[in-house]
Amino acid sequence: MVQNAGKRFGKTEALSGVSFEVNHGELFGLAGPDGAGKTTLFRILTTLVLPDTGSATVLGLDAVRDMWKIRSRVGYMPGKFSLYGDLTVKENLSFFASVFGTTIEKGYDLIAPIYSQIEPFAERRADALSGGMKQKLALSCALVHRPDILFLDEPTTGVDAVSRREFWDQLRVLRDSGLTILVSTPYMDEAMRCDRVALMQAGRILEIDIPTEIGSRYPLPLFAITGAERYRLLLELRKASHAHSVFPFGAELHYTDDRAGFDPEVIAGELREYLDYKGFANVQVKSIQAGIEDSFMELMPPPLQKAS
Amino acid sequence: MSGLAIEVVDLTRRFGGFTAVDNISFEVAAGEVFGFLGANGAGKTTAIKMLIGLLAPTSGKAHVAGLDVKTQMDQIRTRIGYMSQRFSLYEDLTVLENIQLYGGIYGLSDAQITERSKAMLASLGLADDFVGRLPLGWKQKLAFSVALLHEPAVVFLDEPTGGVDPLTRRQFWELIYAAAARGTTVFVTTHYMDEAEYCDRISIMVDGHIGAIGTPRELKEKWNVPTIDELFVRLARPA
Amino acid sequence: MSPTLLAFIVKELRHILRDRQTLTILLLMPLVQVVLFGYALRSDVRDVRLAIVDPSPDYATIALRDRLVAARRFKIVSVSPSMTSVEPLFRQGKADVAIAFEPDFAGHLHGNGPAKLLLAIDASDPNTATTMQAYARAVITSYEAEVGAGLNQPIRIIPDTRMRFNPTLESVNLFVPGLIALVLTLVSALMTAISLSREKERGTLEILLVSPLRPWQIIVGKVLPYLGLAFANVLTALLAAWLIFHVPFRGSVLLLLSESLLYAMVSLALGVLVASLTTSQRVAMLAALLVTMLPSSLLSGMVFPIASMPVFLQWVSAIVPARWFIVIARGIMLKGVGLDYLWRETLVLLGMTVVLMGIAVRSFKPRLE
Repeated sequence: MVQNAGKRFGKTEALSGVSFEVNHGELFGLAGPDGAGKTTLFRILTTLVLPDTGSATVLGLDAVRDMWKIRSRVGYMPGKFSLYGDLTVKENLSFFASVFGTTIEKGYDLIAPIYSQIEPFAERRADALSGGMKQKLALSCALVHRPDILFLDEPTTGVDAVSRREFWDQLRVLRDSGLTILVSTPYMDEAMRCDRVALMQAGRILEIDIPTEIGSRYPLPLFAITGAERYRLLLELRKASHAHSVFPFGAELHYTDDRAGFDPEVIAGELREYLDYKGFANVQVKSIQAGIEDSFMELMPPPLQKAS
Repeated sequence: MSGLAIEVVDLTRRFGGFTAVDNISFEVAAGEVFGFLGANGAGKTTAIKMLIGLLAPTSGKAHVAGLDVKTQMDQIRTRIGYMSQRFSLYEDLTVLENIQLYGGIYGLSDAQITERSKAMLASLGLADDFVGRLPLGWKQKLAFSVALLHEPAVVFLDEPTGGVDPLTRRQFWELIYAAAARGTTVFVTTHYMDEAEYCDRISIMVDGHIGAIGTPRELKEKWNVPTIDELFVRLARPA
Repeated sequence: MSPTLLAFIVKELRHILRDRQTLTILLLMPLVQVVLFGYALRSDVRDVRLAIVDPSPDYATIALRDRLVAARRFKIVSVSPSMTSVEPLFRQGKADVAIAFEPDFAGHLHGNGPAKLLLAIDASDPNTATTMQAYARAVITSYEAEVGAGLNQPIRIIPDTRMRFNPTLESVNLFVPGLIALVLTLVSALMTAISLSREKERGTLEILLVSPLRPWQIIVGKVLPYLGLAFANVLTALLAAWLIFHVPFRGSVLLLLSESLLYAMVSLALGVLVASLTTSQRVAMLAALLVTMLPSSLLSGMVFPIASMPVFLQWVSAIVPARWFIVIARGIMLKGVGLDYLWRETLVLLGMTVVLMGIAVRSFKPRLE
């Protein structure tokens, strides 16, 4: 679907030669930090921006030549919830419906599972909605004309954990009904919920695969460590002689050893000894399988040194 | 009261007939990293606005850094730092200009500003550039450092990591840990439940009340859930 | 009209109607401007110093003199039999207006010929000059009508006007036509520019672009509601001018309203153009002010007569739409002329509308860059 697409803005290369394909009826994720090129890529696919190099086809249509054909068939939700704050929920929805030459009624069965949750507030102005409700309205607006493909650019920013979860449940329902969905996110727990995911960084795709597969290709031994005095534990672990990286991970710390292929039990033993020597009591060290978030952080070239 | 950074007793705020914050009480110890969680609309923002003096309580009491939010707001302002996701720094000013501005606002001397801004740029590994050109994660890290510029006793962070990738979020949290290790109390809100686990203690607000409060481990044991995420969903959407 | 376009217009109307503060200001503006301009211009021309040249005083010249003074607008500073004494008065700035009667004025009035008089006006300040001229003429005309009615036969006084120091000054220069131009420009250009750039800032434009809506539909949808608002403003300004200041209205109202709509279209096109070339509301607003408000008020002949501008600025004024509209509006309102006389100016505005709308639609890209 995308062939070697590239885009520069002045001297900055926002997207450098990205290629990938998305199947019909797939929930496809683009995961990466701010500035990775996710938004630019979406804008190329939604015909908002011309690629400088390469080409892209959407639903078999060329993103440059068939602009108007594509536009009547895509649903797009840009980064910020782009709604008219001074219009009510219902007015927003009916406006976006008529922009595509349709009505709320014609699209109702498709948006019903989402829209019914905000319908009690149909007469409320969009500005007065909470983040979660705005998100549901924006999604309803993007869906009301029954698009064949949906582009969602970081749809969950500023939305609470419960609403996020419900949102992703909805996306899977839509996917099951045959809709193709591309969604970008900076969060790996969301990337986990996609059928396939592309990890992006600095305008490039680092890896594309099923989320669980990405974790399984983690190249180094990984350990989950728990104990009291987390911050001191983190700092001391970084000083361990074979430490590759140490990150907080929920209630745990994830420690990556720099010795590929080494017996995890041996490393775990060494670590326990080391921490015991440093004065930590009741520390648990457990060899674990990496997840997509571990992989992402491993793949990401640290931007710190490059910034200056 | 010396050991308490924040002390809230029966704090209430009503807007007309709607009670946004309903009689909440809690304490935060000095040097603690306190996670203040809740769904959109649960009353978090209202509570924070009362603690930083942007909103007067309808009833109840709150002390921040040992000072009364009703009567001693001017003193409190010099003792707290605040950073929100929406407004943090001026994008059309450079990093150094922003630091000079906030240093000036909080009455630091030129020497102090020069010294601290040098230290800040060095520790963040950042060159002086327009803030608008920095990636989001960098802006947030910088905004946090600027909020700490005047060495406040308590710093309030309102969704500091919204929209930020996993690596940068961790770097941000390490800044939080480092600040806490220096004795600063950190009061932070977040929508990410893995981050809730990074806090010393958390509270979860539900419809203006505090639905749960304690260390992440205590809460998980008490409610018999594997993660805080699970607990959050259970509290926010009671089946 | 397609339902899509209709929906767009409805949405735009809602934006306008919901923002009560802005709407109130926009609706009151013409009223406030008419009143302010009206009084400001009035206070300028009290106690005009009048020099009378009357070689053979008779009852008619005396009567006319009295009338000029009775209105309290004029005070006579000198009466002399010949023009030679008037010249130094003008040069020293001791007189603003001189009226010279021909010998045997009353005789001509009743006899076979028209009575002639010369109206000489110090036009170094063109604005006051035109107003002083209008007052003097009004007094003369009313006297003419009154005496004619008393005699049961029409009489004629022919005033020959000479503008001193600025001889090419246009004949009538009342402010209402210019004011209509200003109000239309403000509402049309400024408000469309702001509302379009607001969509850019909100990010809603991005969604509109990714829809099947064509640029012209977006533009028409934006423009039509403001055309309605502009129309309401024209009516307010006209009504205020007519009711409060009794500004004459000699020509066809329908024609004036149609020409106003045409002029509003030009301004709207400018507004769209400004919005599509700028990136933020603030810049759009300032740019709209710069390209519309300032030229419309300063280069249009509304305040400063075009004839008294440097040649370079006269050229520039030719591309200012307000200049042509003011000629049209003055023609219709004050002279009572119709399209047969104003077709050239109308064509210029029509041409500007087509060209600017064309550029606006073209510059409004269906993509983000």
